Amino acid sequence: MKKTELKPKEIQVSETGTGMKRRNFVKLLGGGIFIFFQPLSAIDLMAVPLQERRSLTKDYNAFLQIAADGTVKCFTGKIEMGQGVITSLAQMMADELNVPFEKVKMVMGDTDLCPYDAGTWGSQTTQTFGPAMRAAAAEARAVLVDLGSARLGVPASQLEVRDGVVVDTKNPRNRVTYGQLAKGQKLEKYLDVKPPAEEYTKFTYVGKSYNRVDSYEKVTGKAKYTGDLKLPGMVFARILRPPSHGAKLSSVDVSPAEKIEGVKVVRDGDFIAVISENRDKVDEAIVKIKAEYTFNELKVNDKTIFDWMLSADSAVNVVRTAGDIEAGYKSSDKIFETEFNDVYLAHAPIETHTALAQLVGDKMTVWASTQSPFGLQDNIIRELGYPREKVRVITPFVGGGFGGKAAYQQGVEAARLAKLTGKPVMLIWTRDEEFFYDTFHSAGVVKINSGIDKSGRITFWDYHVWYAGTRGADTIYDVPNAKTTSYSRGKNAPPVHPFNTGPWRAPNNNTNTFARESQIDIMASKAGIDPLEFRLKNLKDEKMIDCLKAVADKFGYVPAKTPGGRGIGIACGHDAGTWVAEIAEVKVDKETGKVKVVRIACAQDMGLCVNPEGSLIQMEGCITMGLGYTFTEEIFFEGGNILTRGLDTYEIPRFSWLPKIDCVILDRKDKPPRGGGEPAIIAVGAVVANAIHDATGARLFRVPMTPARVLNAIKKV
Amino acid sequence: MEETLRFTLNGKKTEVMIDPTQNLLWVLRNHFGLTGTKFGCGMGFCGACTILIDDEPVRSCMLPAGDIAGKKVVTIEGLEKNGKLHPLQKAFIDHDALQCGFCTPGMIMTATGLLLKNPSPTRQEIIDGLEDNLCRCGAHVRILDAVETAAKTMKGGK
Repeated sequence: MKKTELKPKEIQVSETGTGMKRRNFVKLLGGGIFIFFQPLSAIDLMAVPLQERRSLTKDYNAFLQIAADGTVKCFTGKIEMGQGVITSLAQMMADELNVPFEKVKMVMGDTDLCPYDAGTWGSQTTQTFGPAMRAAAAEARAVLVDLGSARLGVPASQLEVRDGVVVDTKNPRNRVTYGQLAKGQKLEKYLDVKPPAEEYTKFTYVGKSYNRVDSYEKVTGKAKYTGDLKLPGMVFARILRPPSHGAKLSSVDVSPAEKIEGVKVVRDGDFIAVISENRDKVDEAIVKIKAEYTFNELKVNDKTIFDWMLSADSAVNVVRTAGDIEAGYKSSDKIFETEFNDVYLAHAPIETHTALAQLVGDKMTVWASTQSPFGLQDNIIRELGYPREKVRVITPFVGGGFGGKAAYQQGVEAARLAKLTGKPVMLIWTRDEEFFYDTFHSAGVVKINSGIDKSGRITFWDYHVWYAGTRGADTIYDVPNAKTTSYSRGKNAPPVHPFNTGPWRAPNNNTNTFARESQIDIMASKAGIDPLEFRLKNLKDEKMIDCLKAVADKFGYVPAKTPGGRGIGIACGHDAGTWVAEIAEVKVDKETGKVKVVRIACAQDMGLCVNPEGSLIQMEGCITMGLGYTFTEEIFFEGGNILTRGLDTYEIPRFSWLPKIDCVILDRKDKPPRGGGEPAIIAVGAVVANAIHDATGARLFRVPMTPARVLNAIKKV
Repeated sequence: MEETLRFTLNGKKTEVMIDPTQNLLWVLRNHFGLTGTKFGCGMGFCGACTILIDDEPVRSCMLPAGDIAGKKVVTIEGLEKNGKLHPLQKAFIDHDALQCGFCTPGMIMTATGLLLKNPSPTRQEIIDGLEDNLCRCGAHVRILDAVETAAKTMKGGK
């Protein structure tokens, strides 16, 4: 029996400006036992304005409640969008508290019920929130055992907990349930202990596969997403949108829309919308509005963007430097200078950004599909001038996020419309709006200058990345002379992107891994060394080596020099604390340039894996989604005008694309858990590019690798 | 202009006064509260709004409500019978064939139509049948497995 050291601290907690007072949570939720804890990670804190960070580090940002009916609830500002944490967090909690899995519930993403959380992103939920929640659960268990000891009249050391029942080991009929102990209590504990890093081995629920806990609701259509909610008197809204980013309204005639029966036009300056109880009517009305615009767009398009970035007034940041690049250059036998390009990508969740807003008295409640309910709350406060306690954001089920719903413009718009009209307003972005206002994955340029000596050892590595960020830009290889330089928007420089950009699944690690692993392959090929052997030769990182060996084993890899005509490629990297390696086999139609991935194997070291099946699903999902940026996904644009605005022109992966997927998760039960929602996507572009090279001798320097680009590359062989 | 529209909805004879030119998806969602049928693109490209009309999977976002006059309409809410899940629903749960779940109703309805027409589809026939239903989370492999399992279960008469 584990016994966590008890450090209850009855402190007077003050309002921090980021959430409700703890007393209010307790009051709202009735009685029970409450354990407050601090799961905030450094990454969460990065998203918080500087002046608020100090108070947050001392704050308690989540809590558990043991209720009188014996249910255990964890209240957190994190949200569920398909990644499965609603299941894996419950597993961890069930284990620490020794309660049946079914008794555990996650309450997520409600700003009135849950303490502050910056947002759900970066594969952080399991690795940073999880351990803190485990410690809190262990604390709760200790409190319950203490209460049980008093109730049963025996020392705590004589007690055992089985399935939510505290039992006297000497007299098993002397027992009391968690529910009975919690009944009538209003006990609050504040947990200050740091979660123990060890003790990852003795689990009942963790490490076993559980089906998703939300499946029943999702397969029956009962699961409520934001757009499924309905309030009395609710109206639908459509907002007048400019034709391009950088267009400004110069004149408008709304009268044709006003003439439509059942439609009302709402206007607040340039913010113009139509509302109606009938969804069809707002579609009909919005296109009747006659609007003229003046244009002030950036003079750049999807073809000129790379030169545009290279010639922009950029801030130069040397991220890492080791050894002497010049000396490495001189000691090289072969030198490789390469440029790689990546494009703007849409998130394209099947659920578009949606929000429902209702003003009752002076309180604004907004239901929204968002990855950041507290971020949305902050913005409504800022833009519409409500005090914090008068704004509540609730996050129902979210129909996919992938980073795109870290932005929440639709929630602010719905709240503004509810404020202007006094009616509950449902705003469901059209697919066109979803593409237009997406915070795209940034395009980027990577230039690598590297060399090898006669034995195939990398002599130097000079890496430059423009506008794609540094996630995954590190040299994972053991190179004596290495430098990573990142170029981003200068302090007073004009914008480089003509529209908004933001995080995408594994933000731009895709770009960096595509470039790095392609360059490694180019060097291995020219050195005449098998690409697996070349990597192992130049790696010291044991986790990476283990993953490469595991994936080679899973795939049944037979070493060979490239290009050898087999169509087999390798790539590896790490993201969110997780190491990943992939091997793929492709077939290339040299007449059409069409590429089919026949199979792909993936090995991952993610530390302790909480829900193996859930993690495999994420790996498969990453690989499948990764085929999109690899083969088709690209946003075309001219100035601020997004030309790709539909699921017909922006093609995402389909069933017929599926390779045979074999995933293996390395057994690392003794290590802390790491992120699993993103890592496997980072290597997909590179592993396919390297396989195409092996098949044809053609090298692709940019994604997506469309048939036309593949054909073009084949012609250059 | 409103008219009386008569049709069968999830097994029940239904009569409603409605403008027959209204979009079927929004009529199902707003008038009947059948919100399991999702709006994904409104242009027939994603399949999240798929329902069965006379056993045929169709995209409700592309049809006027008047088109269902005299027909048999089944939505995701109509698959569970007397508290018993349809074999496809059960198989989706057992295979974890979903993540965010937003495409799931459309996937299941398309697969239901497929199995009605072809109770023993090959893997390739399932792929072809679901090809135009989009899933962004990447649950594809498990969706195919779930449809295969359901087909086997249904043939066994369970």
